[in-house]
Amino acid sequence: MPVKPGNRGPRPSGVQRAAAERTRTTLGRRRVVNVVMIGVTMIAAVVATLPLIFILGHLMSAGASSIDLAFFTEIPKPPGETGGGMANAMVGTLVLIGAASAVGLPVGIGAGLYLAENRGTLLANAVRFLSDVLNGLPSIVMGIFAWQFLVKPMGKFTALAGGIALGAMMIPLVTRTTEEMISIVPVSLREAALALGYSRWRTSLVVVLRTALPGIVTGALVAVSRIAGETAPLLFTVLGNQFWSLSLREPIAALPLQIFNFAISPYDAQHALAWAGALVLIGIVLIISLAARFATRSRFGRGGD
Amino acid sequence: MSEVARPLVTTRQDDTGIAARIEGSAIGDTVYRWLTTAFALCVPVLLLLIALGVGTAAWPAFKAFGFGFLTSSDWDPPHNVFGAAPAIYGTIISAIIALVIATPLALGVAIFLSEFAPSWLRQPVAFLVDLLAAIPSVVYGLWGIFVLQPVLRDRVMPLLAGLPVIGKSALFEGPAYGPSMLGAGLILAIMVLPFISAVSREVLMAVPRSQREAALALGATKWEMIADAVVPYARSGIIGGIILGLGRALGETMAVTMLIGNVHQISASLFAPGYTMASLIANEFAEATGDLHLSALMGVGAVLFVLTLIVNAIARWLVWRVSREARS
Repeated sequence: MPVKPGNRGPRPSGVQRAAAERTRTTLGRRRVVNVVMIGVTMIAAVVATLPLIFILGHLMSAGASSIDLAFFTEIPKPPGETGGGMANAMVGTLVLIGAASAVGLPVGIGAGLYLAENRGTLLANAVRFLSDVLNGLPSIVMGIFAWQFLVKPMGKFTALAGGIALGAMMIPLVTRTTEEMISIVPVSLREAALALGYSRWRTSLVVVLRTALPGIVTGALVAVSRIAGETAPLLFTVLGNQFWSLSLREPIAALPLQIFNFAISPYDAQHALAWAGALVLIGIVLIISLAARFATRSRFGRGGD
Repeated sequence: MSEVARPLVTTRQDDTGIAARIEGSAIGDTVYRWLTTAFALCVPVLLLLIALGVGTAAWPAFKAFGFGFLTSSDWDPPHNVFGAAPAIYGTIISAIIALVIATPLALGVAIFLSEFAPSWLRQPVAFLVDLLAAIPSVVYGLWGIFVLQPVLRDRVMPLLAGLPVIGKSALFEGPAYGPSMLGAGLILAIMVLPFISAVSREVLMAVPRSQREAALALGATKWEMIADAVVPYARSGIIGGIILGLGRALGETMAVTMLIGNVHQISASLFAPGYTMASLIANEFAEATGDLHLSALMGVGAVLFVLTLIVNAIARWLVWRVSREARS
């Protein structure tokens, strides 16, 4: 049977025409759904950033009005009196950060080196998994741990116990970032050092670790910024202190702890100090976070995402 | 390395300087290997010590009350009777509230950032959301007490109670004091949001390009591509992120302590105050005088430890499985 030119197969049946029609109308609806859902995700993004803006905004207005020179130089006044500051708490937080870093950084960096250099071994896989699990444990559990092993046997609350609890919290984070940063150091660099007769340990410490240092510093700063604001473990370890103390063997004041105590107190003057303290604490945390970002950026420059 | 180097050295006794150096490096290598192994071992040892410490501290309470410690809701320090049921209930309910609010938002943000956002917007928005995770818990609590709580009490709670049908349900029963399960759940939602969105964003970005291109080539709209091709591919990673958020919500202490009201009761109403395990420990630790009271608090800590351990292990396993698939 001769085929007429222009006739490309049988004419569409009623069913097919209906299907085409349906496609056309559903396409319209699908496009609407598409646009609506894009809008919904945009709204979600806006809503998710709102709390941050509210919190920071309120912190600025309420905190800034109660910050004065005395806040940075004086210790807290007795309850009910106005004035006073949080100088001892700020210094206490710095002491705790130092003690925590002294515990957390060497262990974390050492474990990270092990993980990066022993990929695929049973211990490495176990340590990697467990450090992730450790990272997710509530900080209050860390406080109980330090209380049981350090505070209870010594018979008193000490800054040392707090430093160790916070340091233990740093370990998993530092371990994982160190591993990550070391594993992106090119293998050729390590091979070159070994070929030049460097021993393994010198290659690892002097060449590889040195190259990965900016990234590791970033990881360390992120870990510090995380523990700087921790309060829960301190309830069980350092207790807090209304007076000056720098000793690791005594209870010490800490900024987050002082904010907590002032926030739940009934006095307006202490509430104002709590806001000021929160502003300073956020300032410390943000400065450390930004420094962490800067440390990575200056190293990996425009190459990153 | 050192095993190869050593025979070389013994055959060239004349060059003692090099010999000494290579000999020394062999010792250095050994020391280095032992040292890093020891540091790596610190992680499992630390976890074991935590389990041991929390376990021994909790033991007297478990011995005294047995399984009833988990199911009883009597908490009476003067009479040395302790049951953690209200705290366990409050922990789970507040975490559920947090996840119900935070999950859709976090997924929305993650999808927006990984699929729709123009590149100039991606970094700043991601940074702002991540910044939520950097705010200390105690600052959330402070803001919660003085800003969020009054708004909830004066505006949101009357509004919810005035809703048709569900406003009359047991969920929104009773007076609006301020300290409430709702407030605690809401602050938790804000706190876990960055964790869920960060993990989700990561796994969404790890979905291969080909997956997206295939869906688009079949005529899918952008949203259909996401709903049918991208999200299902990343599903177990996203679930991992949500469970990770759950772990955070379960163990969060300070902000919840400041907002939940700290009352031993099980109430269906979200307006009623309650307790979570973490807030119970934090709130009563300082005033616990009796040994059994202290041990009961540590027992609550042990329950919390085991719960978060399981939740975190599941979450990590899920996320790990996705990243392994993406790599292979």
